[in-house]
Amino acid sequence: MTQVSMTVNGKTVSRDVEPRTLLVQFLREHLGLTGTHVGCDTSQCGACVVHVDGRSVKSCTILAAMANGSQVTTIEGLANGDTLHPMQEAFRDNHALQCGFCTPGMIMSAVDLVNRNPNPSEETIRHELEGNICRCTGYHNIVKAVQAGAQAMK
Amino acid sequence: MYEFNYHRPTSLAEASKLLAGAADGKFVAGGQTLLPTLKQRLAAPSDLIDLGGIAELQGIKVDGGSVSIGAGTRHGVVAKSAEVAKAIPALAKLAGGIGDAQVRNMGTIGGSLANNDPAADYPAAVLGLNATIHTNKRTIAADDYFKGMFETALEDGEIIVKVTFPIPKRAGYVKFPNPASRYVMVGAMVAETASGIRVAINGAAPCVFRHKEMEAALAKSFSADALKGIKTDPKTMNNDIHASAEYRAHLVGVIAKRAVLAAG
Repeated sequence: MTQVSMTVNGKTVSRDVEPRTLLVQFLREHLGLTGTHVGCDTSQCGACVVHVDGRSVKSCTILAAMANGSQVTTIEGLANGDTLHPMQEAFRDNHALQCGFCTPGMIMSAVDLVNRNPNPSEETIRHELEGNICRCTGYHNIVKAVQAGAQAMK
Repeated sequence: MYEFNYHRPTSLAEASKLLAGAADGKFVAGGQTLLPTLKQRLAAPSDLIDLGGIAELQGIKVDGGSVSIGAGTRHGVVAKSAEVAKAIPALAKLAGGIGDAQVRNMGTIGGSLANNDPAADYPAAVLGLNATIHTNKRTIAADDYFKGMFETALEDGEIIVKVTFPIPKRAGYVKFPNPASRYVMVGAMVAETASGIRVAINGAAPCVFRHKEMEAALAKSFSADALKGIKTDPKTMNNDIHASAEYRAHLVGVIAKRAVLAAG
């Protein structure tokens, strides 16, 4: 076992885990934060995207131990009480989801994208979302939502 | 994943010592290849030694004639570096096209080069730009580094510290990604360097290679037209479910021409 400590959505947490524990397992199974999804488990689909020290990463492809000492933000950490984050609101307004399985990862990727690039073009958004797969919407409304979310985040 | 012990050293010396003391240890950098490999139980190291905590592996330095990139520098950092974009735009572009945004936020140049996946991007940059690989033991010229599919000149326990790219007069990188996986099916780094024209082809064959016939043609005339009629032997190409050897051989010509145009 190895001790892992990190700040998750503003709260300091510490657990003894097996070294092979993935960050997504740490979040879902040890902390009960099931908003972060496991889709493909092969680092392709992006349903598991969270932020580690402000960078979006696939939490199925990083060990919890590698994130020791980091600041982690999950989908649960975006809203301010009952007020959704502007990117969450934009996804709702633009009907950017159907089944919703990919949505937590899409939103976490989109927020990181806009943090790095406050005025993304449609082309940039499509390139930056290459690591997130949605099997329902066909991406069109997701791209619209990210554009709207980028404006709302200003 | 099988069980393993995890270590996070803060110096190269400590990392080497940990590896020497492990029954079957493995270094991990960004983990974007190794972790999926472990999850599929295709590898079972006794110990994983994480190089992510070693400060001397980080950072980018640009001086008059070269760009040095620490082995632990993530692709996203290289892609967004204004200094790299100014000195070697083709290198910044290459880094910004690796995997996806999340992979670029974890994956490192040292990890990519130590792994030497035939479909990786960085090997084309290192070979095409005539870079030098600095390890904790020696320096290795690009021409001596790539040995075959997933094979390099690195010895057991040798750690890449940094990679130095001489700034070329001009360079262009273009790849044809697999439409589903986005891995390189065929890529080309074409560069006019102080030591002549270099054409490195990745994705197409088991290992990145220099296309000497194209280099000779471009040395006479640096233009896409100069590559007309130059054939690539399909016998040297990969042949798999993604593309036949003949198709890849054809793509080498197409992509190399585009890379020449990208070099300007």
